[in-house]
Amino acid sequence: MPESPGTVKALGARALAHRLFWPLAALGALLVVNLIATPTFFNVRIQDGHLFGSLVDIVRNGAPVLLVAIGMTLVIATRGIDLSVGAVAAIAGAVACVYIVKSPADGAAGTAVVAVTMALAVCVALGLWNGFLVSVVGIQPIIATLVLMVAGRGIAMLVTGGQITTVNNDTFAALASGHLLTLPVAALIALGVFAATQIVVRRTALGLLIESVGINPEASRLAGVRSRTIIWTVYVFAALCAGTAGLIVAANTHSVNANSLGLWIELDAILAVVIGGTSLAGGRFSLTGTLVGAMLIATLTRTIPNIGIPAEANYLFKALVVVIVCLLQSPKARAVLQRRRDRTPTGPSREEAVV
Amino acid sequence: MKKTLTALCALAIGGMSLSACGGSEAADDGSITMGFAQVGAESGWRTANTTSIQESAKEAGIELKFSDAQQKQENQIKSIRSYIQQKVDVIAFSPVVETGWDAVLQEAKRAKIPVVLTDRAVDTEDTSLYVTFIGSDFVEEGEKAGQWLVDNADASDVDKDGAVNVVELQGTTGSAPAIDRKKGFEDKISADSKIKITASQTGDFTRDGGKQVMEAFLQSEPKIDVVYAHNDDMGLGAIEAIKAAGKKPGTDIKIITVDAVKDGMTALAAGEINFIVECSPLLGPQLMDVAEKVVAGEEVPERIVTEETTFTPEQAAEVLPDRKY
Repeated sequence: MPESPGTVKALGARALAHRLFWPLAALGALLVVNLIATPTFFNVRIQDGHLFGSLVDIVRNGAPVLLVAIGMTLVIATRGIDLSVGAVAAIAGAVACVYIVKSPADGAAGTAVVAVTMALAVCVALGLWNGFLVSVVGIQPIIATLVLMVAGRGIAMLVTGGQITTVNNDTFAALASGHLLTLPVAALIALGVFAATQIVVRRTALGLLIESVGINPEASRLAGVRSRTIIWTVYVFAALCAGTAGLIVAANTHSVNANSLGLWIELDAILAVVIGGTSLAGGRFSLTGTLVGAMLIATLTRTIPNIGIPAEANYLFKALVVVIVCLLQSPKARAVLQRRRDRTPTGPSREEAVV
Repeated sequence: MKKTLTALCALAIGGMSLSACGGSEAADDGSITMGFAQVGAESGWRTANTTSIQESAKEAGIELKFSDAQQKQENQIKSIRSYIQQKVDVIAFSPVVETGWDAVLQEAKRAKIPVVLTDRAVDTEDTSLYVTFIGSDFVEEGEKAGQWLVDNADASDVDKDGAVNVVELQGTTGSAPAIDRKKGFEDKISADSKIKITASQTGDFTRDGGKQVMEAFLQSEPKIDVVYAHNDDMGLGAIEAIKAAGKKPGTDIKIITVDAVKDGMTALAAGEINFIVECSPLLGPQLMDVAEKVVAGEEVPERIVTEETTFTPEQAAEVLPDRKY
């Protein structure tokens, strides 16, 4: 039997062992399924001076989940969780839309800028509140953020007076449906935040500090890391990301519905983080993984209407895909697959790499 | 769970004995007192519904005790119990969910207080628990939408290929309006073999949902002639998606929706929607009428359908200036 050079095999094995192999494989598989259902799925054309097509829609519609998930990744890395992001998104949308509607110059670009700034300032305040409860008062993150998850939607309802508030402001609408150099603005914002976060956490010591706080906050504090400030900061960052996501969702339909804006987005975001390989136990995190996770979820959402899954079955379909990806990624499944791959022991077992 | 229940019971009992001590009995001077337990204030539709009830009670000279349940069944049950304690003449409410009302409605029956359901039905085997149900007939709404399409089938065949391809944006899966509006529509369009639904997916009654599903349909269904949306909001989302695809809503793709809220009517008057079937929240006058009859001991039908109409763009432009919701 002519054995191919070991390098190819080793490369394959290394790819297979990579954390992101299965999420990427699932993403690829979903895209292929879509391509079979709609042969024109990958077609992208220029429409009214911007790119137009299913793939562009996926990246644009995935922007809110990606934004929320970026913030969530850092929170989860500190061994925390933020359940309030959906409510914060609703508040941001509500504040911005109500400000625009009440403003005398409701179509002006300046109004939109003030509205967005105000909404984000409110989000910082909400993030400070979450961070205060977690880092200073010492309430468990799931409970501390549950407060705002429940109360936040009420606040958003209060701001809008329970009404669906519609705005007519082209600058605000451009946040979601606008284009810059033929690319959708929403996607550019999300990818911009992604790149900036990646640079800040990886080029400075911040990422390392966040991980150390997540692994052991007390030991980190004793070692001179300001755990409290770091935890506080990530909650503010998460709220800012959530607020930006809320503004994009509101801009997408020129309106805010405090009941439904960002509903369950926290679950999608947590899912994106977990699919991306960041452990809920805190510590090591991967923003690239989160990016892949968010795109997988956005593609999944698009797949349902595209391949014509009946409305009654779409949650089931979504759940099945997620379960399969999570199972394939689990240490047990990977260990089994690994063993089957290399019948002949070639190197040290990979199992120890999985913590 | 058990503890919460016990606590709730204790609270309820406490509340009862308190109000009993208070001896707050409605004066029997011939005037009517109505207790109304509203679901909440989740939408413009609901707010208009509340306003209609409050205003028409005032007009009819009926004293209205109003409570807002904030989407919670236990709150509604609590307020119904308090109305029973206060011995109001008639209780009306829009049940937040369909099941779980038998016990509290039994209490009302024992206290000989008639109950009127508005807008939403309850699921119970004992129909003697309420006198009547006032509300929209969602099947009929779907039928009206379907009938319009059958009547305007030729004009709706935008690409003139001899087939009218409809994509449907369904409401929240499993909700009564979504099921019934789908059924009524399908029943009517089956009369014309040219018309068929080529794709159908839920947009959860929201603009964002409608927009995202429509974006997908625009890519996967090449020959869409008509969009049928189960409410205005999803239709408005679809309009955005159609515009982004470089097509003209209302012209390149016909749009039919249900509800007739202000934003929808504005789009209809602008020609971006072609036909809206009304689902009216203004059932206050009918409710007060029924209340007076019930208290006077007159017979009322078991099911009263809200008076509703349909709108074309011209009609919308006419009524838009004084549209309440």
